[in-house]
Amino acid sequence: MNFKRKDLLGIEDLSPEEIIFILDTAKSFREILERPIKMVPTLRGKTVANLFFEPSTRTRLSFELAEKRLNADALSFSSVGSSVAKGETLLDTAKNILAMKVDCFVLRHVSPGAPHLLARELDVSVINAGDGAHEHPTQALLDLYTIRERKGRIKGLKMAIVGDITNSRVARSNIWGMGKLGAEVRVCGPPTLIPPDIEKMGVKVSYSPEEALEGVDVIMMLRIQKERQKGSLPPSLDEYREFFSLTEERLDLAREDALVMHPGPVNRGVELPARIADGRKSIILDQVTNGVAVRMAILYLLLGRRR
Amino acid sequence: MSQLMDKEDIRRIIQRLSHEILEKNKGTKDLVIVGIQRRGVNLAERVSKMVEQIEGEALPTGILDITLYRDDLTQIAHQPIVRNTDISFSLEGKKVILVDDVLYTGRTVRAAIDVLLDFGRPQKIELAVLVDRGHRELPIRADYVGKNIPTSSEEMVEVKVQELDGKDEVLIIKRGEH
Repeated sequence: MNFKRKDLLGIEDLSPEEIIFILDTAKSFREILERPIKMVPTLRGKTVANLFFEPSTRTRLSFELAEKRLNADALSFSSVGSSVAKGETLLDTAKNILAMKVDCFVLRHVSPGAPHLLARELDVSVINAGDGAHEHPTQALLDLYTIRERKGRIKGLKMAIVGDITNSRVARSNIWGMGKLGAEVRVCGPPTLIPPDIEKMGVKVSYSPEEALEGVDVIMMLRIQKERQKGSLPPSLDEYREFFSLTEERLDLAREDALVMHPGPVNRGVELPARIADGRKSIILDQVTNGVAVRMAILYLLLGRRR
Repeated sequence: MSQLMDKEDIRRIIQRLSHEILEKNKGTKDLVIVGIQRRGVNLAERVSKMVEQIEGEALPTGILDITLYRDDLTQIAHQPIVRNTDISFSLEGKKVILVDDVLYTGRTVRAAIDVLLDFGRPQKIELAVLVDRGHRELPIRADYVGKNIPTSSEEMVEVKVQELDGKDEVLIIKRGEH
C-alpha cells in the first residue's frame, strides 16, 4: 500500500486500507516507546509547527512528543498571547510561519474546515488536530489502535458512544472509523445533544444508556462540554449524571470484557464515576500512550518520503 | 540469471559461519544474535539454532528493522514498510553478531549499528553475511562471510529463503531481467 496523501484532514475520506495501514505502521512506533532511548532519527531536519487555536493538553503534548521522538523540531503556537489578538488571520499566521521554512502544520481550530483551507492554500502537509465539532482524526485512529490491540479486530464489534454527540468531533471521527472497519456504532445521549439525521452516518440512536449499552464490546464516554453549550442542555450536571453516567449497573449491561474509553479530560463524578475511570476495564491511559505512537506513524507517513 | 547457491550450499555455509563465530568468540559467553529485516532474520534464526546444536546453549536472538534509520528516506518516493524490531534483552556488555543476507554498499549495516547503539552499549558488534557482493560506499566490512561474489552494479543478488520465498537459493540477476 502506497500512502500518497499530503495531509490528514479527516477519517471520512480515508479508505479502510489506509486506516489499517496507519494502524499497522503505528505498531512499529509503539515498540519504540518501550526502548531505553525512545527516539529514532527518521525526521531529523524537519520542522513541524503545532498551531493550537483552542485549548489542549493531551493532543498538543502528544504531537510535540511524537515530533521530538522522530528527531523533528517541534514548534508550538498557541493563539492566546499571539498576534491573533491583533487581528491576524489564520492564513496570514500560517504563511508567516511557513516563511520560516517549516515542513508541516498541525492545526486545531474552532472553525470546521480550517485545516482544509490551509491544506488547499499551502504546499506543506497539514494534520487536523480538531476542527470545531467536525473531525479529530488522530484521536479516532488512536482509539481504533487501542481497541484493535485489546480485541484483535474491529470488524463485528459493538461500540456505544455516550454523551454530547452534537458537539463532539471525537464522536464523528470514531463513527467514520469504526464504521469503515466493520463495527456497529450506537450513539446515546439526551435528545438535546444528539444531532438530527445522525442515523445517516450509519449509527443507531438511543436516548437511554440501558438500551445502548446492552451487550457492547466498547463504551466510549464523552465529556459534557460546558464551553460549547448554549443554555441549559442538559439542565444541570447532576441531572446528566443521573441519567447518563456510567454507573456500575449500567456497565454490567455491557459484555463482561467490555472496554471503557474516554478521549479526556474526564469529568470525574459527572460522566464517569472515579472508580470506573480508574477501574480495570478502563483503558483511558492506554489511549494516551498509544496516541504518541499513532501520531508518530502519521508524521512518518506524511513527511518521511520524497515529495 | 544464474544460481549461485542452492539449498545445500546455504546449509553448509550456515554451519561453517556458526562454527567460525563460536571459534572466534571462544564459546557463547555474552554472545547474542540480531538479524536484520527481512531475510537476515531467517538466517539469524538458523545460525542461532545451529549454535544451540553445537554448544548445547541457546543464544538470545533479536530482530531489527532499519527503515526508520535509513539515510535515504527523503530521496525515495515510495514508502518502505516499517517492520518489527524486537530486542527484548539487554545489550550492555554483550557481543552482538549482526546477521544479514547481502552486504553491498554498507548503508544498511551502518543503520543497523545505529539501531543497536540506541538500545544500549554492546561490548562489540560483529557482522555475518551470506554474500558479500562488493561496492562498499562506507567503511564497513563483514567478520564472517558465506561467499564473496564480485558483481557489477548492473547486477542484483537475490537471496531466497524457505520461510518467505518457499525455497533456499541465491541468484544473480541482471537489472531489467526478471
